[in-house]
Amino acid sequence: MAQSQGWTRRYFRAFCKGFFVAVPVAVTFLDRVACVARVEGASMQPSLNPGGSQSSDVVLLNHWKVRNFEVQRGDIVSLVSPKNPEQKIIKRVIALEGDIVKTMGHKNRYVKVPRGHIWVEGDHHGHSFDSNSFGPVSLGLLHAHATHILWPPERWQKLESVLPPERLPVQREED
Amino acid sequence: MLRGVLGKTFRLVGYTIQYGCIAHCAFEYVGGVVMCSGPSMEPTIQNSDIVFAENLTRHFYGIQRGDIVIAKSPSDPKSNICKRVIGLEGDKILTNSSSDFFKSHSYVPTGHVWLEGDNLQNSTDSRYYGPIPYGLIRGRIFFKIWPLSDLGFLRDSPNGHRFSDD
Repeated sequence: MAQSQGWTRRYFRAFCKGFFVAVPVAVTFLDRVACVARVEGASMQPSLNPGGSQSSDVVLLNHWKVRNFEVQRGDIVSLVSPKNPEQKIIKRVIALEGDIVKTMGHKNRYVKVPRGHIWVEGDHHGHSFDSNSFGPVSLGLLHAHATHILWPPERWQKLESVLPPERLPVQREED
Repeated sequence: MLRGVLGKTFRLVGYTIQYGCIAHCAFEYVGGVVMCSGPSMEPTIQNSDIVFAENLTRHFYGIQRGDIVIAKSPSDPKSNICKRVIGLEGDKILTNSSSDFFKSHSYVPTGHVWLEGDNLQNSTDSRYYGPIPYGLIRGRIFFKIWPLSDLGFLRDSPNGHRFSDD
């Protein structure tokens, strides 16, 4: 009897020790380093989800790359939706702070991106709820940089940071 | 000798990672101690006061009018601002000083909040940069721990007239 009690207590202590090490490390890794997410919707076609609702792509989200809020034009990023904080949206960065963008469907024809903000758009224009609807978004809402498609296996690839040529900013900050 | 040192180093690194992760989880999901600087929340919070902030309310979307929140600055994501929530989405907000003759109103858009400092004369807030997205809010301040003479839960807004009365 005394032997099995000792075993139970040792097991319990080992479990607690493992739990309090594994859970914080895993949570910190998923919050700060990288995680995966399933993409839903058609706003990034054809780059993501070209098959529509039949097969959703699963992407690798890299938090570590945006820890200092450094993004480049053409990056595909995930951010907290400015219209619904419970939702994350995935779009491409079109312009950085200081650039002047020619908008598509926004109430102003030309918009200068304010300091600390970025302009994001989905690749599928017209089917995308993006900066053309809600304007420039604050960099504080940036969540992660989508770097690879992991699933389905036939679509395994690295996502390139390429700006569609017709969406180049009218004037870049460096000029 | 070398193996002993190596073993000790690995153990130190392991403990640092473990406690760093526990600290991250505590600050991110529970709360932490924050030092506030600046005059924009006087007299409720003075410069260099130390307060307790909790992050549970924001995760459960329970931020209400009158709460003092810490948020990421909309123009500089690396710095934080500390202001009071005056309006939630859909609220009608007076966008200029109440001493102006013509009052101009606007409505807070969905997913956004309107923030103002308690020290209205000396505060750069939503009256300057507009409503900010809810997603920028980091936590809610509810308790002051320094200076000890002012220890306790934080007072209500001295600017009650700024709150919408619908």
